[in-house]
Amino acid sequence: MSVLVYIESPEGKIKKSGHEVATYAAKTAQILGTEAIGLLIGQAENAAQLGEYGLGRILQIHPSENPDFDAKSWAKLISEVALAQNASVVILTHSANGKSMAGRIAVRLEAGCISGASSLPDPGTSFAVSKSVFSGKAKVNYQIQTSTKVISLMGNTLQPEKTGGPGTVEVLDKKLDTPSVKVVSRQTSTGIVPLPEAELVVSAGRGLKGPENWGIIEDLAQSLGATTACSRPVADSGWRPHHEHVGQTGVAIRPNLYIAAGISGAIQHLAGVNNSKVIVVINKDPEAPFFKAADFGVIGDAFEVVPRLTAAIRKFKQG
Amino acid sequence: MNILVCISKTPDTTSKISFKNNDTEFNAEGITFILNPYDEWYALVRALELVESGGGKVTVLNMGDATNDMIIRKALALGAHEAVRIDGDPADAFTVADNIAAYCKTQMPDAIFLGKETIDFNGSEVGPMLAELLDIPFISYVNHLEQSNGSTQLTREIEGGTETCEVAGPFVLSAAKGLAEQRIPNMKGIMMAKTKPLQVIPALSGTARVTASRFTLPPAKSGVRLVSPDNMDELVRLLHEEAKVI
Repeated sequence: MSVLVYIESPEGKIKKSGHEVATYAAKTAQILGTEAIGLLIGQAENAAQLGEYGLGRILQIHPSENPDFDAKSWAKLISEVALAQNASVVILTHSANGKSMAGRIAVRLEAGCISGASSLPDPGTSFAVSKSVFSGKAKVNYQIQTSTKVISLMGNTLQPEKTGGPGTVEVLDKKLDTPSVKVVSRQTSTGIVPLPEAELVVSAGRGLKGPENWGIIEDLAQSLGATTACSRPVADSGWRPHHEHVGQTGVAIRPNLYIAAGISGAIQHLAGVNNSKVIVVINKDPEAPFFKAADFGVIGDAFEVVPRLTAAIRKFKQG
Repeated sequence: MNILVCISKTPDTTSKISFKNNDTEFNAEGITFILNPYDEWYALVRALELVESGGGKVTVLNMGDATNDMIIRKALALGAHEAVRIDGDPADAFTVADNIAAYCKTQMPDAIFLGKETIDFNGSEVGPMLAELLDIPFISYVNHLEQSNGSTQLTREIEGGTETCEVAGPFVLSAAKGLAEQRIPNMKGIMMAKTKPLQVIPALSGTARVTASRFTLPPAKSGVRLVSPDNMDELVRLLHEEAKVI
């Protein structure tokens, strides 16, 4: 028996979310009394360091290439490794690619699947894992009834934890099948932490009155090293790009800190953000429903309060 | 092109969520149900657009009991040509995928569209499972799709950006915001929907692989701490010393 964790290495780099799944796999293996094995597909800088997060072995396929993603052939390869390693649990990141593969791997391994898990498994009665449902309005404890389990882990569920020294990387003599889709191009913004992974998020709504006023929000985000987000009306009006829309029909986030300026806090917006650890609401309307869901509130005009907060953070950082 | 659009019934986005039977079951009392927004606004509308310009038909498929016919008629009113309801309990993602795959094996569509997730269980699992059962490609979170010379170009959302890919032959996609614009059904569509075919077929027998044991609501916030708008140094101190988030 073993726990197999696939660790993403986009453009050859392992990100914090990769260290999170490695930590999660190591802890799951500990609960089950077995070993955690890491799997890399493609190049990965500092692959051996994954051992520090508690992975007993690290396997790598295509170590000197950066193969394009294709859910079908990648899921097949991961499933084959899982079978060869006698894995009873397969763990993935709950990312675009991870979500595309979790269900496929579950079918191949005749396994039950939980996507977006937000707790370690409780092996007590049956393998129980909790996840957020109803777009953040509730949580559920799921039990997996099959002997093999597939889990994709929601970002920021736990912090990466180093427990030992580096491991050794073993290259497997296996190959991806010919891809079923052909990747033509990729456009990614560099240097900005994507919203689902962001620990700090600064968001604004219609209270900002127009896209030309977003400078103060960007300044605040920059002072904190935060990612910017917005409410649905803002994205629908074209003030900000759609990928910044957080809420029930946008991105669901769970940062450590969510600062919302000029957002009233409709139930659909709260659904996407109420898994944030700490919520700060800035609104000039003391009756704004968002204050009820907030930890800290500032009743005041965002155009005055936000620049003051930015200045206070810069002063604090210069310390 | 014959496109199968898989649709789900979900609580309205404004619903207050509660549970019953010792928090083991969703409490549907007083809840308004809708066609899952990602299925309706993006998957269904883009499928309709493709058929309107290139020919073929759009079939909508749902798994559930007769109370779901309401959302199926909505999809027909928006322009879908025909509907299939698999009469059974959509107990978990695999049950749903397994049943849809069995239907597809009797008449394979050229493409299968579904929303990126349902807004109740947020699983994103049926699409990839269905694609695996049918042994065809799956492309997630598609926000743009064009067709030319027998191949389909799709743009999908990835972390911090997008990726554009090409696929030939049948595929499954999950639809994200941007793939199409929401449509409102008109009176003619609503009238026509009443006479469009809705085929009800029995479900396969099977057991759920994943079961919900207990639901919980998030703990209520203990109450907001107000900070004076003139004292942002205090807010920074609170975030650093007490909340420990910066």
